[in-house]
Amino acid sequence: MIMTEFWHWWIVILTVFSIVACFWIITVNLKNYTHVGEGESMGHEFDGIEELNNPLPKWWTYMFYFILAWSVFYLAAYPGLGNYQGFLGWKSSNQGITTLAESKELSEKAKAEGLLVQLDQEYKAADQTFGPLFNAMADMPILDLAYSEGLCFESKDDSYVQTACLEQDKQPEGVLVVEPYKVGQRLYLQNCALCHGSDARGSTGFPNLTDSDWLYGGTPEKIKETLMHGRVAQGMAAWGPMLGEDGVKEVAQYVLKLAGRKVNDKMAEAGKARFAVCAACHGADGKGGVANGLETGAPNLTDNIWLYGGSTKAVEESIRNGRAGVMPAWKDVLGEDKVHVISAYIYNISHPNK
Amino acid sequence: MTTTTIAHPEYNYKVVKQFALTTVLWGIIGMAVGVLIAAQLIWPALNFDTPWLTFSRLRPLHTNAVIFAFGTSALFATSYYVVQRTCKVRLISDKIAAFTFWGWQAIIISAVITLPLGISTAKEYAELEWPIDILITIVWVAYAYVFIGTIAIRKTSHIYVANWFYAGFIITVAVLHLVNSAAIPVTLFKSYSIYSGAVDAMIQWWYGHNAVGFLLTAGFLGMMYYFVPKQAERPVYSYRLSVVHFWALVSLYIWAGPHHLHYTALPDWTQSLGMVMSVILFIPSWGGMINGIMTLSGAWHKLRTDPVLRFLIVSLSFYGMSTFEGPMMAIKSVNALSHYTDWTVGHVHSGALGWVAMVSIGALYHLIPRLYGKTQMADLKLVNTHFWLHTVGVVFYIVSMWISGVMQGLMWRAVNSDGTLTYSFVQSLEASYPFYFVRFLGGVFVVAGMLVMGYNVYKTVRGDKQVAAGQTQAA
Repeated sequence: MIMTEFWHWWIVILTVFSIVACFWIITVNLKNYTHVGEGESMGHEFDGIEELNNPLPKWWTYMFYFILAWSVFYLAAYPGLGNYQGFLGWKSSNQGITTLAESKELSEKAKAEGLLVQLDQEYKAADQTFGPLFNAMADMPILDLAYSEGLCFESKDDSYVQTACLEQDKQPEGVLVVEPYKVGQRLYLQNCALCHGSDARGSTGFPNLTDSDWLYGGTPEKIKETLMHGRVAQGMAAWGPMLGEDGVKEVAQYVLKLAGRKVNDKMAEAGKARFAVCAACHGADGKGGVANGLETGAPNLTDNIWLYGGSTKAVEESIRNGRAGVMPAWKDVLGEDKVHVISAYIYNISHPNK
Repeated sequence: MTTTTIAHPEYNYKVVKQFALTTVLWGIIGMAVGVLIAAQLIWPALNFDTPWLTFSRLRPLHTNAVIFAFGTSALFATSYYVVQRTCKVRLISDKIAAFTFWGWQAIIISAVITLPLGISTAKEYAELEWPIDILITIVWVAYAYVFIGTIAIRKTSHIYVANWFYAGFIITVAVLHLVNSAAIPVTLFKSYSIYSGAVDAMIQWWYGHNAVGFLLTAGFLGMMYYFVPKQAERPVYSYRLSVVHFWALVSLYIWAGPHHLHYTALPDWTQSLGMVMSVILFIPSWGGMINGIMTLSGAWHKLRTDPVLRFLIVSLSFYGMSTFEGPMMAIKSVNALSHYTDWTVGHVHSGALGWVAMVSIGALYHLIPRLYGKTQMADLKLVNTHFWLHTVGVVFYIVSMWISGVMQGLMWRAVNSDGTLTYSFVQSLEASYPFYFVRFLGGVFVVAGMLVMGYNVYKTVRGDKQVAAGQTQAA
């Protein structure tokens, strides 16, 4: 981020002035410039309070000079004085970017120029240390990872190769034992739990991941696809204007009936007649996108599992004003290898019996 | 110590009395709210599922009450007292001084009503909405007029150092408030900051850290420069030291805000400058501590017998400790561990309870008996009880937050051999519970001390009335 010449010099001048002024004021006050001797009273008196003319404590003065000298060194070494970047060339991150693409481009450029961008350096170090391990896990099928009780990897050159696991004390040096389920769980807790909850049982608007109800499919491939690319619900449209308030209430009764709830049968019957518009996404049977082979993300309405609440009021609200859920894409944030491991964790918790 | 023989003009003690007594009242209330929210962190059910009793609404109420109701009332009371006595002149205007009292109380009452209702700008320590901000501006200008106007008509040749600090604090807080609270009103109770993004964050912390630096430091240093030499009956240690540390302090503090935004979207140069100035600031801060503590040289024995002096001197020790801790936490690599943890909360309270509250309480114990024509508080033993309750409370608070803060920082950065983080956030929260309880206990001690103070103040003030009544009868 480059600022204009004016602001650059504004910062430089104010900073240098402040530091020089501090230096000046201690130096001046080291000498006794007052009209009275050291340790004597200044001769003023304020409500009985006098002030002595004691010298500045020596140790304190030395410390002041030392810290000022350090500040000069620091501002020479690191960015601080306006546009001046510091002789170490250090940067915390690629600041001022607005897109991931821009970030990647700047990171590549910084690496090529040998600049020390701390964030890039830390990513690089983490990739070098842990990347090969995730790479090795990503080579295994999700189903194998999901139920594995422990995998052993041997470090060879710059990669990890799977080896047989021996008993704990017989394990040779350098063999890494990992439990993919737990690795996936920790990644889940750090990245996914914010919306889906620590126990993965979701909350209003955020699907429960531990049941067998899927919006986009619960096979290993589908789970991974959802995590990698995210999902933007095609959108439950707002049917209020088209159905009218009576229509909304009737359709709600029918939907609740599909789920096996006690309803007003007369209204439900009227709602059934109007359900045709819903069937396009939820299927004629109301069993949702997955059951009907539709990539709509439309929930199954017959299982009494409710993403946005199952009270009559909540269902009417969904019909009247629509719903639009978004699952973000993790491919660029975590990378495919980690997504692969998380997919195994999700598969495991949603299919506890192998 | 010379006693002045010049006949004193009749000083305006009425406004001083009003502010002094409300300081005690708001202190009890503000700190009690603090204890309640500390308890909510252990027992969340204590919000009784009531929106206006939730942590998110009571926390700003607590901070506003202790900083602006308790702390600032203490500054009003002592600055009005000190400026009159050290300038040997009555306040320039009684009416405007009275306006500052009632205006400030009105502001506090509006905060007590609006914050629990959830009416907030969401800017830390500047949560009050725009109509209240305008009232603050008017009252503050009136305050500046009364204080600086009184200095202007002083009958002494020099301006005493305490008044430099008070004046510095008043002027800077006016600037900070005006700039940071600039907003576009949408409705009567909602406005949006005129800044956005990183600029908004930077302005906010430029304000936020200088609320600490000028209101909670410079103002209270002014208090220290009067009440410490007065209570110790000793001359101020070094005039030249006060010159150096005043100018260095006011010129450096204004830069320190960016250390609240390390490793954020704030530009690197801003972060570096904030860190450098914060670290240098350590030295002038200690200059103030040295000058205060060394004022006691030759009178150390008084600490054994005078609990009021004990409050004042221990406050300076806490000041020294937190102004060492602060610059250290402003260093980026330390901040990488300490930021967002309870360590920050502990640091703030070592400054707020250790320094600000203790110097204010000490000053009030000196001031209140004198305002009511007494030589000392009604019960000095209770002053001592308060001292120990407060000190133990502060130590509980700070130590528990140090431990939980460092623990949280270490847990958040712990990494497994597979590169995943060892702990989830909830686990670090779980581990913090025992320390939250110790912190809560510390708060209970502090509030208990404040209640003892309230009782003692009541006895002192009421005792005066009885004496006055007796005199009337005798006459």
